[in-house]
Amino acid sequence: MLTTYAQFAIGVVDLAAAILFLYGLQRMSSPVTAPSGIKVAGIGMAVAVVASFLYIFSVDDAAKPFLVMNIALALIALAIGGGIAWVAGKRVAMTAMPQMVAIYNGLGGGAAGAIAAVELYGSKTHGLTQLGVTLLGALIGAVSLSGSLIAWGKLDGILNHPLRFKGQRWVNALIVLATLVIGGGILFLASGGAIAQVGVAGMITTFFVLALILGIALTLPIGGADMPVVISVYNAFTGLAVGLEGFVLQNPALMIAGMVVGAAGMLLTLLMAQAMNRSIANVLFTNFGDAPAQKQGAIEGELKPTQAGDAGIAMRYAAKVIIIPGYGLAVAQGQQKLYEFVKLLQAGGVDVKFAIHPVAGRMPGQMDVLLAEAGVPYDMIFQLEDINADFATTDIALVIGANDVVNPAARSDKTSPIFGMPILNADKAKQVFVVKRGEGKGYAGIVNTLFYGDNCNMVYGDAQAVLIKMIEAVRGLGLPAAA
Amino acid sequence: MDFAIDISGFVAVYIFMLAGFAGWVIIGHVPAILHTPLMSGSNFVHGIVVVGGIFALLNASSLQQQVFGFLAVLLGAGNAAGGYAVTDRMLAMFQLGGASKPKLAHARAHRTKTS
Repeated sequence: MLTTYAQFAIGVVDLAAAILFLYGLQRMSSPVTAPSGIKVAGIGMAVAVVASFLYIFSVDDAAKPFLVMNIALALIALAIGGGIAWVAGKRVAMTAMPQMVAIYNGLGGGAAGAIAAVELYGSKTHGLTQLGVTLLGALIGAVSLSGSLIAWGKLDGILNHPLRFKGQRWVNALIVLATLVIGGGILFLASGGAIAQVGVAGMITTFFVLALILGIALTLPIGGADMPVVISVYNAFTGLAVGLEGFVLQNPALMIAGMVVGAAGMLLTLLMAQAMNRSIANVLFTNFGDAPAQKQGAIEGELKPTQAGDAGIAMRYAAKVIIIPGYGLAVAQGQQKLYEFVKLLQAGGVDVKFAIHPVAGRMPGQMDVLLAEAGVPYDMIFQLEDINADFATTDIALVIGANDVVNPAARSDKTSPIFGMPILNADKAKQVFVVKRGEGKGYAGIVNTLFYGDNCNMVYGDAQAVLIKMIEAVRGLGLPAAA
Repeated sequence: MDFAIDISGFVAVYIFMLAGFAGWVIIGHVPAILHTPLMSGSNFVHGIVVVGGIFALLNASSLQQQVFGFLAVLLGAGNAAGGYAVTDRMLAMFQLGGASKPKLAHARAHRTKTS
């Protein structure tokens, strides 16, 4: 009787959780309702986790002697895993958010893989379909785990250079093939009723190891600039793996939540790839930034450095300024100082706008989040298609820590790896100031012809330090605020 | 009465198909400005895997299964808790951000063209 009540309660709660997830995501699709959306989804998660302990009334007979121990283990794992991730998520700097999303995503993939491991090693699956789905979920989850960790390493700057070698694609294809052969072998043995046979456990282990290697091998050659797309792909992967394992465990809440994320993640990936004018396959399998290096001699003009103060004063006397923020601004934590500088310009009657490229930063929309943090009003921030026509009538374009998204080579140079990507036409402004830490290339490793243009001056230095100098210089003028 | 859930064959395919469609439609209307929080938010949602982990761990009947079950709950809990913390922080900024009036108009301007 107790079992029936428990099953009924779990059924109701999981249904409620699925509804709350969908409703929460729906609310997250508008800036106005978004903050409450995550809270709605959070309630769904909390009740589902609490209710899942009702499973103790319907455990397998084989597991009954272990029950007390297992409950204790579950509570400990929840406390440790949840606790560490919660504190880390609350403390991490806003600039490190992309890395955190990557790592949390990897954890989810790993969890799906671990569930598959319990089912596989314990021979708990019933029938070939379940076994096949378990293996597929294990493969996707494991790839997502190791791939996300590599993506995290790249975003965190631990892994700086893409690892590429000749014939890499063949090696990767070989790993895929080997994984599929082992998986097929496990299915074949199981169809003969020999799942408990000696050697199968070894094959399962090999399968997991190969899947983990595959995730690493697939991610290593991809350049850091493409990591947002990669994380989005792995986000969809983890969702898919969770959905598949949900089927194996006969849990509709997992199936629904997993598949919703799988589909949403795929669409999000498509939107991102679209913004870069590339296909997903191109992002994942082409060695971006590996194109024949441009010869320095091919570029006309030279880099013309200028002082931060001079640039700041020039902007104070301009009528119209457009600011293009990039990842460098996030790294330098310069968003507060930037808005302070902008307010100073506005007080002097300068028309200031922000232009955001769809893939500026390391995640789509990262710059929007950063500027929102500094308190910049929404109506000052413009997206690419809304502002690109304005550059021609703009006195000064200020590029802060952005590089590839303003590279005119994307429009003109067919040999450039970013050719065809929509860019912000900063070069059309009368004067361009570029705030940059050094003469290095951008994340994609491509020379930026904008920097060599006649109308461009470079301001070298950390974005925040440069902005402080600009503020001081403009204040030093002692000009009265415009009426 | 028996409330045990039994999903097999085409029923599973239908659930996957409808859920996938729902995800596609919901995300299709998200403005570009929310892409990062949304990626993070959907990342949180698949943290529900922790529930599957708890189920697997409670049904573990050997040391090996307990180890992997423990791992599943540990990682799943990390996914759920971390995903929530990060997403909540990101979205909280949108509440503070600037004047309240232009919000709606701006949100509309930010809508991406979905294919």
